[in-house]
Amino acid sequence: MAAESKLKYDRDFLISVYKDMLFGRRFEERVNQAYQKGKFAGFCHLHIGQEAVCIGVQRSLRPSDYMISGYRSHTQAIAKGIDAKAVLSELFGKSDGCVRGKGGSMHMFSKEHRFLGGHGIVGGQTPIAAGVGFAIKYDKADDVMVCYLGDGACNQGQFFEALNMAAAWDLPVLYIIENNQYGMGTDFRRVTSVESLAKRALAFDIDNSQVDGMDVLKVYDHVSSIVSKMRKKPKPHLLEAHTYRYRGHSVSDPGSYRTKDEVAQFQARDPITTLGDYLKKHKVATEDELKSWDREIKDQMTEIEAFADASPKPDVSELWDHVFVD
Amino acid sequence: MALIQFREAIGQAMAEEMARDDRIFLMGEEVAQYNGAYKVSKGLLEQFGPRRVWDSPISEAGFAGLGIGAAMVGLRPIIEMMTWNFGIQGFDQIVNHAAKMCYMSGGQFNVPIVFRGPNGAAHMLGSQHSQSFDAMLTNVPGMKVISPSTPYDAKGLLKSAIRDNNPVIFLESEMMYGMKGEVPEGEYLIPIGVGDIKRAGEHVTIIAWNKMLHVAMAAAEQLAEAGISAEVLDPRTLQPLDEDLIFNSVRKTHRLVIVDEGWDFAATSAQISDRVQKECFDDLDAPVARVNSLFVPMPYAEDLEHAVLPTAERVVAAVKEVMYVD
Ligand SMILES: Cc1ncc(C[n+]2csc(CCOP(=O)(O)OP(=O)(O)O)c2C)c(N)n1
Ligand SMILES: [Mg+2]
Repeated sequence: MAAESKLKYDRDFLISVYKDMLFGRRFEERVNQAYQKGKFAGFCHLHIGQEAVCIGVQRSLRPSDYMISGYRSHTQAIAKGIDAKAVLSELFGKSDGCVRGKGGSMHMFSKEHRFLGGHGIVGGQTPIAAGVGFAIKYDKADDVMVCYLGDGACNQGQFFEALNMAAAWDLPVLYIIENNQYGMGTDFRRVTSVESLAKRALAFDIDNSQVDGMDVLKVYDHVSSIVSKMRKKPKPHLLEAHTYRYRGHSVSDPGSYRTKDEVAQFQARDPITTLGDYLKKHKVATEDELKSWDREIKDQMTEIEAFADASPKPDVSELWDHVFVD
Repeated sequence: MALIQFREAIGQAMAEEMARDDRIFLMGEEVAQYNGAYKVSKGLLEQFGPRRVWDSPISEAGFAGLGIGAAMVGLRPIIEMMTWNFGIQGFDQIVNHAAKMCYMSGGQFNVPIVFRGPNGAAHMLGSQHSQSFDAMLTNVPGMKVISPSTPYDAKGLLKSAIRDNNPVIFLESEMMYGMKGEVPEGEYLIPIGVGDIKRAGEHVTIIAWNKMLHVAMAAAEQLAEAGISAEVLDPRTLQPLDEDLIFNSVRKTHRLVIVDEGWDFAATSAQISDRVQKECFDDLDAPVARVNSLFVPMPYAEDLEHAVLPTAERVVAAVKEVMYVD
């Protein structure tokens, strides 16, 4: 009990954070299996290894905040509130998909959940995020725009233009660079002038910081404080989260440009295992409980997959829908 | 003759030209250490070293412009766009700078550069990754546009493109990289602006290029079984277009169907159709028919995607329409 009283976080909060990270991990594993079984095709980029950023950020936000991302965003979409069944159905190109089979892996959207996509052009989301920040400020709201991008995306010219506008006009945009060290097979250091991507903010005089993206509680604490400041006084922030993707760039990339050692080093700091150990140490959960949650989540995955399997394909005539609205 | 893949033919063309001329260098995302996202540049880093083969950051506008600058002062860059969907990030540099430089400078600064990469849809990659830019690219004076359909043509034309003293756009296809074809052992060049009859025939001309050539060939095969002899004409270069070859074929068959992966509005096929109705009006026995992609962004779901793209069935139907048979 002594350890428990020192706990900085609410027990239920910790348990839900753990379960959500595990849910994301198991979801992506299920996605990978379904891909290997030929249930869908196209590109498929998994977020495995990067769960702490996803959930740590999500817990720092409220539902009215906005989010936009790249193509590695299945679990970000789920964290923002989109039903995992709708995400998997989308991957399967089914009519219960969150965009009715029009988008696939790279293009999850939900207006209801203020998730503005799922974008396939590297860096393309960054000025759009500035636009959302602009609208928030225009309406004198205190919501926050979160824009994810990768280390590779930091070299897109559009990103520099976006940062300048966000800074010049004090737009409430939190740019989060998920620095997993690689853009496809390219170590970012080979093509980037700075070692720390947060430094890119200096040229624009933007507040910036770095966080250990393998530790969900650190991400949560850090992002919560950024967001609460941003709500009071809109201005952009550039956050670099150090993280790692365990798998290849996409399911078709063996990732052989990285050493086994390097992958193992990050896996040794696995965000889910780390939080699990913390829960056990502080007697929030026992090993048996962790295992039973995992079983529950795996059962949920089976249910989600059955739902997506059973969802009907969109009718071919639907291909003409949504080019415009009336 | 050796039977090699499309990607190898392009790789050979680059290797032979780079060996011949030290002023040629290759730059693009993943072209060096990863051997190319689609393995087109396999072995080039090993053969020519890091002075000649460069992994770029994800900065298409930047390295398109860098290539143009280098070309203005005497280097001969080959710039790989991982796909043309990303290449359009560099559209400003290509259209406003590469294509205008010679003219604007009164002929003082020519730009000997090749921008190459896959164009058009692959499979289930959705709206942002499945676009065919032929029409936009051929619409710009000051640059040549090549779009080959076989390994043989690709190799001979790419070598000519690299030797050309002007900007050349070279359009490939992810779907053709694995396709095999006969390529002679020794050196050969195919001139830019010269088309090729891929299948001789009498009753109807079908014009098609890039991967649509293969759709047209499949259609011609089906038509032969129905007793219709189709001539399949591959322009190979879209800008400048081999109009004589086209007019001569139409004057022989009196009927024309054009297969074009681009959207149907203001398509390259529309330009060809316009030229044919003007120059061959008295030779035509039916209005020119075009088979294009439907005028919608590409949907992800497989059936929907299939419905958008030209197919052999649609080509056969178009041929029957211009032949006035059922
Ligand atoms: C403009 C553009 N160029 C190239 C690509 C191809 N591409 C897709 S993902 C990627 C790497 C991006 O790396 P990073 O930003 O670090 O994100 P990560 O994949 O690591 O999450 C590349 C080059 C693209 N989609 N868009
Ligand atoms: Mg990365």
